[in-house]
Order: sequence, then C-alpha cells, then structure tokens
Amino acid sequence: MPLIGVPHKRVEDPRLITGRGRYTDDVRLPGMLHAAILRSPRAHARIEAIDVAAARSAAGVVAVYTGRDIAGKVGPIPTAWLPPDSDIKATAHPALATDTVRYAGDGVALVVAESAAAARDALDLIRVSYEPLPAVVEQADAMREGAPLVHADAPGNIAFHWKAGQVSDAVFSGAEVVVRHTFRQQRLIPNPMEPRAAVAQYDRATGDLTLWATSQNPHIHRVLLSGVLGIPEHRLRVVSVDVGGGFGAKIACYPDEALTAFAAMSLGRPVKWTETRTEHFLATTHGRDMVIDVELAGRREGTLEAIRVRNIANMGAYLSTAAPGVPTILFGLIVTGAYTFEHAAVDVYGIFTNTTPTDAYRGAGRPEATYLVERMVDLFAREIGMDPIEVRRKNLVRPEAFPYPSALGLSYDSGNYQRALEQALATVDYLGLRREQAALRGHGRYIGIGCSSYVEISGLGPSEVAGAVGFQGGLWESANIRVHPSGKVTVFTGGSPHGQGEETTFAQIVADRFGIPIADVEVVHGDTARIAMGWGTYGSRTTAVGGSAIAVAADRVIDKGRKIAAHMLEAAEDDVEFAQGTYQVRGAPERSETFQAVTLQAYLAWNLPEGLEPSLEAAAYYNPSNFTFPFGTHVAVVEVDPETGDVKLLRYVAVDDCGTVINPMIAEGQVHGGIVQGIGQALWEGAIYSAEGQLLTGSLLDYPMPKARFFPTFETAFTETPAPHNPLGAKGIGETGTIAATPAIINAVVDALQPFGVGDLAMPLWPERVLQAIEAGRDGR
Amino acid sequence: MIARAFKYTRASSVEEALRLLREEGDVKLIAGGQSLLPLMKLRLAMPQRIVDIGRLAALRGVRREGERIVVGALTTHAAVAQNPLLREVVPLLSQAAGEIGDMQVRNRGTIGGSLVHGDGAADLAAAVLALDATLEVTTADGSSSRPAAGFFLGPMLTALPQGAVLTAVSFPEPPDGARQVYRKVAHPASGYAVVGVAALLAMGPDGTVRHARVAVTGAGQAPFRASAAEATLLGRKPTPDLVAEAASHAGDGVEFAGDLYASAEYRRRLTEVHVRRAITDLV
Repeated sequence: MPLIGVPHKRVEDPRLITGRGRYTDDVRLPGMLHAAILRSPRAHARIEAIDVAAARSAAGVVAVYTGRDIAGKVGPIPTAWLPPDSDIKATAHPALATDTVRYAGDGVALVVAESAAAARDALDLIRVSYEPLPAVVEQADAMREGAPLVHADAPGNIAFHWKAGQVSDAVFSGAEVVVRHTFRQQRLIPNPMEPRAAVAQYDRATGDLTLWATSQNPHIHRVLLSGVLGIPEHRLRVVSVDVGGGFGAKIACYPDEALTAFAAMSLGRPVKWTETRTEHFLATTHGRDMVIDVELAGRREGTLEAIRVRNIANMGAYLSTAAPGVPTILFGLIVTGAYTFEHAAVDVYGIFTNTTPTDAYRGAGRPEATYLVERMVDLFAREIGMDPIEVRRKNLVRPEAFPYPSALGLSYDSGNYQRALEQALATVDYLGLRREQAALRGHGRYIGIGCSSYVEISGLGPSEVAGAVGFQGGLWESANIRVHPSGKVTVFTGGSPHGQGEETTFAQIVADRFGIPIADVEVVHGDTARIAMGWGTYGSRTTAVGGSAIAVAADRVIDKGRKIAAHMLEAAEDDVEFAQGTYQVRGAPERSETFQAVTLQAYLAWNLPEGLEPSLEAAAYYNPSNFTFPFGTHVAVVEVDPETGDVKLLRYVAVDDCGTVINPMIAEGQVHGGIVQGIGQALWEGAIYSAEGQLLTGSLLDYPMPKARFFPTFETAFTETPAPHNPLGAKGIGETGTIAATPAIINAVVDALQPFGVGDLAMPLWPERVLQAIEAGRDGR
Repeated sequence: MIARAFKYTRASSVEEALRLLREEGDVKLIAGGQSLLPLMKLRLAMPQRIVDIGRLAALRGVRREGERIVVGALTTHAAVAQNPLLREVVPLLSQAAGEIGDMQVRNRGTIGGSLVHGDGAADLAAAVLALDATLEVTTADGSSSRPAAGFFLGPMLTALPQGAVLTAVSFPEPPDGARQVYRKVAHPASGYAVVGVAALLAMGPDGTVRHARVAVTGAGQAPFRASAAEATLLGRKPTPDLVAEAASHAGDGVEFAGDLYASAEYRRRLTEVHVRRAITDLV
C-alpha cells in the first residue's frame, strides 16, 4: 500500500506530548554544575572594571570568568555566510566582552555554581563599571554622518554592501507608470517554546567533549565550535535530538554554548546552561528589521516591467552565523516574486547597530521580499485602477514557461501559479465577497480582501551555489539506511528536524519504498556521533534534500536486495521486480521472496551471489541540482472596526503547492504554524527599542506572540506540481505560510480601508495605528 | 528566572498568617501565586518569607448567606467562572473571571489574590466595582467589611490595611431584572485588559433606568466607576443618543494610562466606545 500522501499521525508525538521527550534541559548528569551569564544592561559602553570577588566567594560558586579569563581559550564566534563582492566586515563576536559591550544582552561574565540558583544569585554580586557610549539603534541613524561607530573598523556602520541585477534608468524614465514606496519590516523576536540550552561533558581521559545543545544543525555547530574551542572536530560530539522549535534562531552558533563547553573542559565536571525567557529576548537572534525602498515600473494595461529595490538591513551589533545571507541572497534573488518582471535590481546594505544581532527567522529574507512585491502589486493595481487579482492574472509566470529564468538569475523549477490562484479565489468566492463588501460599506462596515501569490526559494540548495554565494558550507544532505537482519530499519539523516515531524515523513518514505510498516522504521537525527555528516534543518530543505537522500539510499538498498533475491530465485536480476515488499520474478508470482527473507539472507550470507558483500545498508549524499520553488496563493478576509481600529480575521484561505506531499496532515500543520507567524508579524509582533538601545518589548507580557484563540479556522488545500529535479518531487512547506500570510493580511486591511483613502499601514497593525489612519482619512475628506 | 531564596511557611489558620505578618517585616502572603511568583522570579519582589494561605479550606468556595453571595478569597478564577450560583446571580463576575489570563492561570489564581494585588488592569476589579461588592478583611484587631468602591487606589495600590488578610468577597443580589455584561479588549501579549468594562443596568416599569453601574479597568491608573456615565443614565430612557451621551462621560475626571501598545488618548477613546457598546448590549 502506498504511504506517500497518507496523513499518518506523527510517530514522535506520543513521546513529546506525554513529557517523555529528552530536551537539552532534561539532561542531568552526575556532578553537574550550572552556569549563568551576566549580560550588559547597556547597549553601548566601555567596560572600565569588573569586580567578581564577591561572586567568587559566594556560597556554591565554583568559578567566575570574565572576558580576560577566557582570552586565548574561547575564540570569538565567527560568521559563516560571507556574500562575495560585498566588502564584508565580519567582525567576530567575542564570547565575553572585554573592553566594549555593543548591545544590551552582550555577555560580560560567566558564573558556574553547584546549583542554578547559586549561579543566578552570584550574578547580582558582580560589579561592572561601565562608561556609557552613545548608542545607535535604527539603521538610518547608524548610516548618518557622524553616527557613533559600533565597530571602529566598519566606517558608516556598513557591515556589507551587496548588489544583484541591473535596471537602466531609461526603463524607469520611459515607463508609463512608476510606483515608489518604502516598507518597514519591523524587527521580530523568534520565540520557540524551548529556550536555548547547553549541557557539556568533558572526558579528560579521552579528550572527548559531548555537547547537548539546542541546534537546528549540530554538524555545523560541531565544526564551528571545534574552531572556537580549539578542540579537534573528531573529539567533539554535538547532540540535538529533541529540540523544541527553532524558527531559524537555533541555526546560529552563540557564545553561550561555547562558554558552557569551555567551563566543562576547564572544571572537569559537566555544566548546564539554560537561558531564561528574559535572556532569550536579549541574547538570541532577532529577525527581519529592514527598511526597503521599492520602485516598480509597469504599463497602464497592467504589465509589470521592472523592479528596483534598496534594502537597508539592521544586522545588530555583530554578524550572526548566517545573517549576511538573509537580506542578500535569500531576499534579493526573489524580489521579483511569481511575476514575469523583465528587469530587476537589488541593492543591499547590512548595517551595524547597538542591538541584538539579527539572523534567519522563519522564511529568512523571503517573507520580506514577498511582502514588498505583493504590496507593490496591490499599489500598482490601485494606481492603474485595476483589480489586484487581474494584475496577478496578467503577470504570473505561465505554466508553459517552466523552467523559468527569472530576471535575477534563478531558474524556477516548476509551477502552475494560475491554478493555485484560481482555486483560492473560488474557495473564498472572490466576486461574491466583492459584492458583500460593497453592500456592507453602505452600512458602515468595512471588510477587506487581500491576496498574496508567492513563490519562494527553498530546498537549499545546490552546494555549488552555496559556494558561489558565500555560504561557508555545503548544502547537500546525507542519508544512511541500515536494514537489520529481521528486516527492521534504522534511517540516519543529516537533517535535524526540531518539530517538523520528519521522524514520521522520513519513515513514510522508507516504508513506502520497502513495502513495510511505518512502525518498522526508526529515524535517527541530531547526533554527530551517530550521523556521519549533515547540514541540518533550515530553508525548508529537509524533505526536499534530506528526504531525497533517503529515497536514493533506499533505492540502493532495494537494488542490492534485488541481486540477492535474483540469486535466491535463480532468475536474472533484470527479471526480478520489487513491489509492495516482495521481490518477484516478472510474470511468475509464485516465484517470490519477501523483503525480510532477502534481508536475512544478506546477513546470513550463506548463499550470496558471487562477489557480493554481506549486509544490507546504503548511504547517499544527495546534492540537489537546483533549489525548489514552492508557491501558492493565500487570501485573507478581514473586517476593520472603524471606531477602534481593531482588525478581525474573518476567513483565511491557503492554497499551497510544495510539490509532492508526503504527509498531508504534517504539511497542513506546517502551513498552519507558518500562517500564524506570518499573521503575527502583520498584526501583533514587533520589537521596540528605546533610543538608548533598551529593548522595551523584552518579555511575553509586552511582545505579543500569536495565540490560537486569535485565529479563525484556516481553510487550507494543496495543489501538487512536483519538483522535476529530485526523486521525491518534494519542494518544502515549512516557511510558505510565513512568507504568504503577512502581505495577504496587510493587503486585506488596506483594501478594507479604501473608503478612507488608506494606501499603506506600518506593521504591526496595532489598533491605535489603524484608527489613526482611518481618522486621517476622515479628516482628509 | 529563579527567585531570591526565601523562607516558606504554610499557614494552618488565618490567625497564624496574621501573626506571621505581624512578627516579621518582609512577608508576603501567597495563594495561587499567579501574580507574586512572576514578580519574585524576575526579582522585582524579594520577600524574606512567604506565607502560604492557599490551603485554608475556610477561605474557599461560594455560598449564599441571607441576601448575599459570599465568595471565599481562595476561590479560583476557574471556579468563579463555572460556579452555577455565580453564573445565575452575578454572571458578569463569572464572565470576567473566565477572561483572565489562560487556563493555567485561571486554575491557580484566586479572586482574593487578584483583588489585593491591585493591578490596574485586573478584570475582577471592574466586576466587583460594578456589582457593589464588599471585601471581608481580617486583621489582628478583628474582621471588617470594606466596599469595593474606594478599594483600588492606584497602580498596585489598594486600601487593604498593612498586615490584613482578605478572606472573602460578598455580593448583594442585583436589583430585580438587572442585566449585566463584561466587555474586554485584551492586550495581545499580556492578556490584561487594555480596557475592560463591567456594566449592570436595571430598568423601571416605565422603561427608564432605575439602577446603573459602569466600572472600567485597564484604562486608568486604577480601576474606576464611571460615575458620570451612570448619573447620565439614571431616571431616563436609554435611547441610543442617551447611551452615547453617557458613554461620552465615562472618562470624566479620569487620568488615563498609556503604554507602548495603547496611548492614554486611545484608551479614552476605547473606554467611550466600549462603555457605549456594553450599555447598548443591556438595553
């Protein structure tokens, strides 16, 4: 029975929802110590002196370290994405600040104690005298002449300057219609349910260091931390099995995990560090924070011709691990969206400020790009007096155009953008809604309909491209499939799922191919000692790339089994077919052997074909030939309360195409979570700093994370246009919702407020802001 | 998020709790802990000792005493939200309790704890004001009753005397035919009221307003009664124009609170809109 496309319940869930998961903070080792990190309360200051004497002598305290104490022992944390030709100033992040703190939350001292409480108490005993320095928070201010410098060697606070594409001025000067707008992508704070944590255990006898850490990519952490700590890579084991969400914030390598490992090595006892939620807000990477100027040129009859984009991205105080790739490659190459722009150009500045470093956050660059193009299409439609849906219909890449070479050099692999758009419109009854909207306006009620037809780059990605764009790693993925003598299977994947359900999806892929029950397949991930190599989970790559590696390895297992079965059946290998768990001589169903029988023979090796080695196991290292390009259309229907500015979500329809769907229930769950986060940016989320660099939204009391009760039931559906270049046809679904939802909501609210002449609204749409726009519109009339 | 070390005593009686409050300076009572513990974990509160009154059975539960409904101070928000007697007689109280925080908070947090904590945006504060509740307070000198009106003085500031224990909240039967409602605009992060309006209205046989109570939480420095709005309604027919006029007076004399999410001016606006809508719901 085929298992691809079956909504099998998640096999990891009984473990996770009954509290039997083993997250990093659950690791308890004999003799374990606890670490706490003192963080700078100031955004920018010179450290004049640190007095740790009282903390060192406090009850239960084992050690206190400052930046000077770890000099030469813990190196700075490097940046691992260096876009070429961008004059990048990859100022590495010292694990503890020695002379200067550059953001509120920058680590200043490390306390290790017998208990977490003693470590926390000791933080209050450390006296640091700071000489305040002027801080700079907004990227525009940081670029101004005479602005305080975050790093002396980055003049103008410019961390990098990257460009792609070209549009001649003539295209714009000669255009029938030019629309210009500036969008603010507010800073977001990722909040996975599990905060970051690390437990380190050092074996002085062997020199082996085991680090349990909340990582989306333990092998990347291993290679980076081996450098930071000066420990040979083969002596370092990173374990990240159960990880409670990451959303990009657990890609980065942080000082804290390195400090925990250092403490374990220097004290010879296991050490645990777990961040508090307050620390998380300050010391774990943030996302977005870009100011984006866009110019769009088009024709009166609705054709989109050219787009020019300038992005000023706030990188925070240091360039986090993958951060430079976000506003450049992951943003810049997809600003043309799903449309046939002939010309496009992107100009990106990465700017240092005295704020928490930014890095990938679910979607990472692609939500920002999609937001601008989807908003611009609506603004353009209004400018030329055309329904925004018509503009989309006119300009979406047509099905026969694939593989489609985009103006920015990508090759969109496959798609039927029109089908997803029309299905979404039919689901909401677009024309009916337009009639209802007109009728309700007569009664002083304002509903709005917003659309977003996105395409994203996912399935990261060909390793050659990774190299060309400065990613300091490969982007292939590994799989190892070991069939045990009884026919049960262990799959080792280099992907590192942390909530996405690949223990189930990957078991489905293998069980489907082998014709065995899903329960016979175990998926192992997130442990560098058990998995040879892997690049981890981010960029919606795990199923498209890691799953494809598994499919290739599974086929290798089947092929070896076929040799054994042919020998057992005394048939030619070419005459043996494998289907539904049985090798069978073509046309002779009575001559067959089960997968299990063949496996057993592989291990017994009593009667193997000549020259064939025993055992049944295969590895694959799958390097994709292209990115994958999921797409779809989301439609939001909202009602705005004209007296309060409150936005109510009436309906939300999502039609997504992520290629072949392995498990529709899990895919739908990913869409739901993505939509929630995308709407979270549109309506509620946003970090606010004071001018002095204090994070004013530094807790869950101030920073509104979306909650289930804020939402209507989502109406989701999939179309399936397989990726043509990987064995599964799968594209990736982890980020689509986040990418599509934000502009759909803003387009809907702006649409609702047409009678008030509202052209744009700054996110998040806190009701007071919406009301102000309504009142301004009323006053204007 | 680890609190500073503290001493812990589980009180076996109100008297013991009072004695500990008297004998030691830096003592906090704890019941459900939903307000105190977060402050302690953030080290914004660092009491030397906490006295746990959470298991004093005498302070828990809902009962009728003559003309009044008495709710023990330790009754949880979840219990207040679900109690059949309260839902019948003072439904706005149950409604407000059901709007507090999330399920975990409602299962642990108590009516007494919420009221004495004195948060200016507490849902129950508006409810007890609108329902003319009485707070039963015990001190070393004995027990006394205090009206809810005048209890909430400012941010985290109530009229509860030093060293006192709130033991119960009691409610008079609302006037015959009274209708009541609680409307809330919740802060999307904290869940506290940006504006919460508790309203109770009883009409006379002639269709005029005989009894009106409007209380607002979240909007001002402390929860307050919108007395001018009440006065505007009394003795008159609640036409849409009158209701709107009453609502326009809801903020008279009030110093509104502002924060990152909603300015004082916006809270004034929300107060007017939601007072009008609350009263409209009732007429």
